[in-house]
Amino acid sequence: MDKHRPAPPPVIAPATLALLLGLLALVAASFYSLNIKWGELFTTSAVRSSMEFLQGFAPPEMATPFLIRVAEGTLETLSMSALGTGIAFVIGLALALPASGRFGAVARGIVRLVLNVLRSIPELVWAVILLIAAGLGPFAGTLALAIHTSGVLGRLFADALENLPPACEDTLRLNGAGALGAFFYAALPQIAPQLMSYTLYRWENNIRAAAILGIVGAGGLGQMLKYHLSLFQMQQAATVIIAMLLMITVVDAVSFWLRRRLTGK
Amino acid sequence: MKVRSAHPDPAWRGRITATVIALILLWPMLVASEFKPWILFDAQSLNATWGFLCGFFPPAHSSEFLALMLEATWQTVAIATAGLALALLGAIPLTLLATESLSISRLESGRMRFAGTFVRQCARWLLVVLRSVPELVWALLLVRIVGLGPTAGVLAIALTYSGMLGKVYAEILESSETHASEALLQNGSSRLAALFYGALPAAGSELVSYTTYRWECAIRGSVVMGFVGAGGIGQRMDESMKMLAGAEVSTMLIIFVLLVAGADLVSTFLRKKLG
Amino acid sequence: MSFVLREVSVRHASAARADLGHALNAVTLTIEQGEQIALIGPSGAGKTTLLHTLACAHPPTSGEFSVFDTQPWTLQHAARHVLRARLFLAPQTPPLPPRQRVVTAVLAGCLPQWGFWKSIASLIKPRDADTAYDALARFDLQDKLYSRVDRLSGGERQRCGMARLLVSNADAFLVDEPLSALDPTLSRQTLHTLQAEAATRNATLVCSLHQVELALEYFPRIIALRDGRVVFDAPRAEVTQEMIAALYRNAKNDAPAAVTTPVLEPAETHFA
Repeated sequence: MDKHRPAPPPVIAPATLALLLGLLALVAASFYSLNIKWGELFTTSAVRSSMEFLQGFAPPEMATPFLIRVAEGTLETLSMSALGTGIAFVIGLALALPASGRFGAVARGIVRLVLNVLRSIPELVWAVILLIAAGLGPFAGTLALAIHTSGVLGRLFADALENLPPACEDTLRLNGAGALGAFFYAALPQIAPQLMSYTLYRWENNIRAAAILGIVGAGGLGQMLKYHLSLFQMQQAATVIIAMLLMITVVDAVSFWLRRRLTGK
Repeated sequence: MKVRSAHPDPAWRGRITATVIALILLWPMLVASEFKPWILFDAQSLNATWGFLCGFFPPAHSSEFLALMLEATWQTVAIATAGLALALLGAIPLTLLATESLSISRLESGRMRFAGTFVRQCARWLLVVLRSVPELVWALLLVRIVGLGPTAGVLAIALTYSGMLGKVYAEILESSETHASEALLQNGSSRLAALFYGALPAAGSELVSYTTYRWECAIRGSVVMGFVGAGGIGQRMDESMKMLAGAEVSTMLIIFVLLVAGADLVSTFLRKKLG
Repeated sequence: MSFVLREVSVRHASAARADLGHALNAVTLTIEQGEQIALIGPSGAGKTTLLHTLACAHPPTSGEFSVFDTQPWTLQHAARHVLRARLFLAPQTPPLPPRQRVVTAVLAGCLPQWGFWKSIASLIKPRDADTAYDALARFDLQDKLYSRVDRLSGGERQRCGMARLLVSNADAFLVDEPLSALDPTLSRQTLHTLQAEAATRNATLVCSLHQVELALEYFPRIIALRDGRVVFDAPRAEVTQEMIAALYRNAKNDAPAAVTTPVLEPAETHFA
């Protein structure tokens, strides 16, 4: 017997093990406190009523006038996402200037805090709040997308600006150009491609978000879905869900193709 | 004023064209999204907004309300955690089916290979459908099946996230080094053995870090799902909004910001420790 | 009086070299308006630091410094910035955004005299494209007016930076090694253009050079720096070969060959 063989290292480090056990405890506590009635989910009556509910969706409503309305809803959703992203690009860029420290450290701290708040509150919550000011409809949704996305883009833009080598801008500043002039002539042309790719990526996200914003009454396909579901018009609801899926799939495919062309793979 | 430059800009015509096209596209978009900023500033809407915002300060902070908030916040976190745990249960088998480099039939030829491809394609389509339906739509439908409350939220997260996790897990496993698992399969080991001894060690940290990122997303998702009645802090906020209780809303907004920042911190910490 | 320096010392700008002491050490100089001066000296002598100090890029750690009869570092920030518009510093490798067009890069020299909206409008449709064309033509670059900066060679980029100098309305040109990427013919043409422009405007020209021969041939006054100190400051008639040889002797980084043959740093290879 070889007494000199070193003891094998533990398979998992104790700290990691404790962490994993903690995570398991969190999962267990979650299930326990939510008090989910699994039994009721799988009784025969529950299964039967679910099946009835699902059967109500078939066949989807395919009448031409309704399809035209769905198409309008799709257009509305796309417009909301595009406008919201466009507005967010402008606001995000405007906020990124102070957030990248171009107007002093105090302004940087305050604006970064504002950007974090804009970003952490989801689009849907913004939409609910904006319904008071802007009323029901796609305008509130557009604004909600714009506000949340401003926070996201503003922070990404500010980080891009901070990581930029300062030489170009410093040279112009040193020769007497104003801060904004130097920004537009030196920094902006350098980071423009990065700004575009961030914005396109967010637009893709916002199309999905715009599809569901209507559920709280902020326009687009979501509003149609909510409306028909609340009237128990399941076949119409099925058509709207299919339209949503198609729109998301097409947008994903287009953006995949675009990015592949842009990156030249 | 100079009439005409001796050296006209060759890009000018293109810029004009692009601007005109953009304006032509912008018009129907403005109409479709009912873009009327001035309605924000009419007297009635300003009054309503002002009244609501006045309520924001001070935020509601009575101890019973805060206790209620604590419970709702925990429910939100619990919905996300439980939903993600269920999603993992669904995603792992689907990943095994969908991953090409873990396929035994790929090694052979003939009918087995065709059947294998068929099953794999089905698994992939299932993943696509699961993740393409937004979680809020799943929640909206499930609320009608299982009733109001957190169960709908947990199931909605489980369905959407099993699709997302399954797709990304399969991508990670396929893009990581496949030599080890291929060698194991060729020497006759089972799919699970190939997964545990070949693919997982190669891709483990990436899988963990993606899962923690998704947990963070699930917390945001479960906040939002409350608005269709799936429990948690979102549902409380929906109620407060309907009563236009500004003070409560402002407390909840503060909690949102803290919750998201906290989830961000925890997930960064987990990724560092486990990744 | 363009510049007056009395016992001016400056620390190294980068923290890594801060412990090396001063980049400029008790420099005393007087430069009249309209003078044309060459700065020579081995690498690391403080030529670039002196140009940056003259351009009000950083305050001297000690000593008195005045530009156009005002002391810039006693002024408010905004007033100092107005003063900077009268000085033009052309760095050795002009940092230009790669995707910008040459016309925009050149017209950026007009930014100090343009208002905000005028500069934005010029981004959309270049204002005074003719001015930019004329400035580029004096460096034989007029064909590149609407090309992108990243399509230019190193030497073309350097001259593009100097075309920016021509469109500015500065009263003093501070040029850092303008010839580092140019071949001998272009070097002469460039120096000639700079001097002609400075003479027309009665602007002061301070130009750091590695090519001692060219410095002696073109500039009436030579200032030699070494280790942050002025070694000599004399009209070119008084500068002897011995003084030059002493200036470059045993220099740490530089070849003393500068005495006999003009040292040309790697000339641009793909000059088009």
